[in-house]
Amino acid sequence: MPPTSPKLMPMRDAIARFVHDGDTVVIEGFTHLICFAAAHEIIRQRRRDLTLCRLTPDLVYDQLIAAGCARKLVFSWAGNPGVGSLHALRRAVEKHQPPSLELEEYSHFGLVARLSAGAAKLPFWPLRDYQGTDLPAVNPLIRGVTCPYTGDAIATVPALNPDVTIVHAQRADRDGNTQIWGLYGVQKEAAFAAKRVIVVVEEIVQEQVVRADPNRTLIPGIIVDAVVCEPWGAHPSYAQGYYDRDNDFYVEWEDISRDEAALKRWLDAFVYGVADRAGYMHELGPERQQRLTAKPQISAGVNYGF
Amino acid sequence: MAVRAARELHDGDVVFVGIGLPNLACNLARATHAPGLVLIYESGAVGAVPDRLPVSIGDPALVTGSLAVASMADVFQFYLQGGRIQVGFLGGAQIDRYGNINSTVIGSYDRPKVRLPGSGGACEIAIHAERVIVVAPLSPRSFPATVDFITSPGQNGKYGSRQALRLPGRGPVRVVTDVGILEPSQADGELELVALYPGVDAESVMKKAGWPLRVAPTVTVLPPPTQAELHLLRDVLDPNHLYIGKRDA
Repeated sequence: MPPTSPKLMPMRDAIARFVHDGDTVVIEGFTHLICFAAAHEIIRQRRRDLTLCRLTPDLVYDQLIAAGCARKLVFSWAGNPGVGSLHALRRAVEKHQPPSLELEEYSHFGLVARLSAGAAKLPFWPLRDYQGTDLPAVNPLIRGVTCPYTGDAIATVPALNPDVTIVHAQRADRDGNTQIWGLYGVQKEAAFAAKRVIVVVEEIVQEQVVRADPNRTLIPGIIVDAVVCEPWGAHPSYAQGYYDRDNDFYVEWEDISRDEAALKRWLDAFVYGVADRAGYMHELGPERQQRLTAKPQISAGVNYGF
Repeated sequence: MAVRAARELHDGDVVFVGIGLPNLACNLARATHAPGLVLIYESGAVGAVPDRLPVSIGDPALVTGSLAVASMADVFQFYLQGGRIQVGFLGGAQIDRYGNINSTVIGSYDRPKVRLPGSGGACEIAIHAERVIVVAPLSPRSFPATVDFITSPGQNGKYGSRQALRLPGRGPVRVVTDVGILEPSQADGELELVALYPGVDAESVMKKAGWPLRVAPTVTVLPPPTQAELHLLRDVLDPNHLYIGKRDA
């Protein structure tokens, strides 16, 4: 075994060290690899005044909003995918139920472009978008430039450089060289755009495992500050090849989140009432774990020889 | 509506697929007249062949056996903005007389009566896909004369025509409803009734739009779903009837 990397740490330490009150936080993952384990630790450590950015706030930000961690939400599609609404978010927006929540809204392309600019250290990103829509009227950060070559009017969005990005992945080595397969959304851009990066993985592997298949490495260790090993850390989201999305829980969230008291009871039982992810999985029970465990569908390797 | 939407697709089309009815329509088309259909999901799955009905747009079954997995930056910049998508499906809470779609808010933006999910990729699909097929049941509430918020641009409206805005795609070219089909007029892009399902009369349809709905000079009657299509939908593609009621088939 190689010596323990200074980056390898429990979730509790990673959140305590790298997520601060008032930070701009990105927990990405498009349906796939959404790090609920990190969000729950942020709730347990009672972070406040966060600016939460994600294309799809999903249940993960609905929970952070319900727990009072958020001051502002930057997003592009705020629903419960395939089910309906995010009710904690809707209560904050429609009824201004405390804490009130500031919104900054884009389309998916706009938010992807913001992270691309952030990752590339450009002040803005050009895109052919937003003509004929009301989005620029409600978001003054959506602007435009005249192309210096063609004279075309092109929309622009400003760079987004989060204080911290949290990426969930299948595996990484102890230095944070991180391998992802399946849908990888905007994880790479979100990581490169951030000042600090926490990688949370299903398993830590030896460096040789990464080196044996370098094309699968999406995030290099050189930009990673903390590596956390947290099996089932994405549940109820999923990790391709490890466990399926818990679609039943996404449906259950409709009733839980609609009722403020039920939501509070859920947070008490599954977030405040457990010490860590292992405790959450224990609460969830073995039956669900068994049902969601992925069946094998192994990819053939390739020849990296020369 | 699922059958009708499926029939709007041509073999070989590259389709940007959403969840729900559009997904069902695409898989029906693939199983019938359009085996060469290429399904692209905004989550990044390209050439997906889901062997279960995906309940989310990022379902793991979209990845298993797909042709490629693209980053979302690639999906929006290269596939969509790059002009590689022939068909995009859109729905929404409100659709107006020019096919502008609202999926953002009911009421005012700052004090919304209902906060809807927002654009997602809808805005750029409406701008870039070569043709957009809108699928929604027709009612005065969902089809007002003007929408409360334009999330996805249609053919015309307060910002001018698509031509004036120089939008690359043709926008909503067909609106598939539960009673028939609307299409933008050549003159000003206003949606008009061009086709009816069997047994539906134009008179009753006109009452279902929030503006005086024009009827095209010739209105065709659409052929009913075949037994084969209904069997595929009800027994194979959506056996638990997640997305189809009897009426929708």
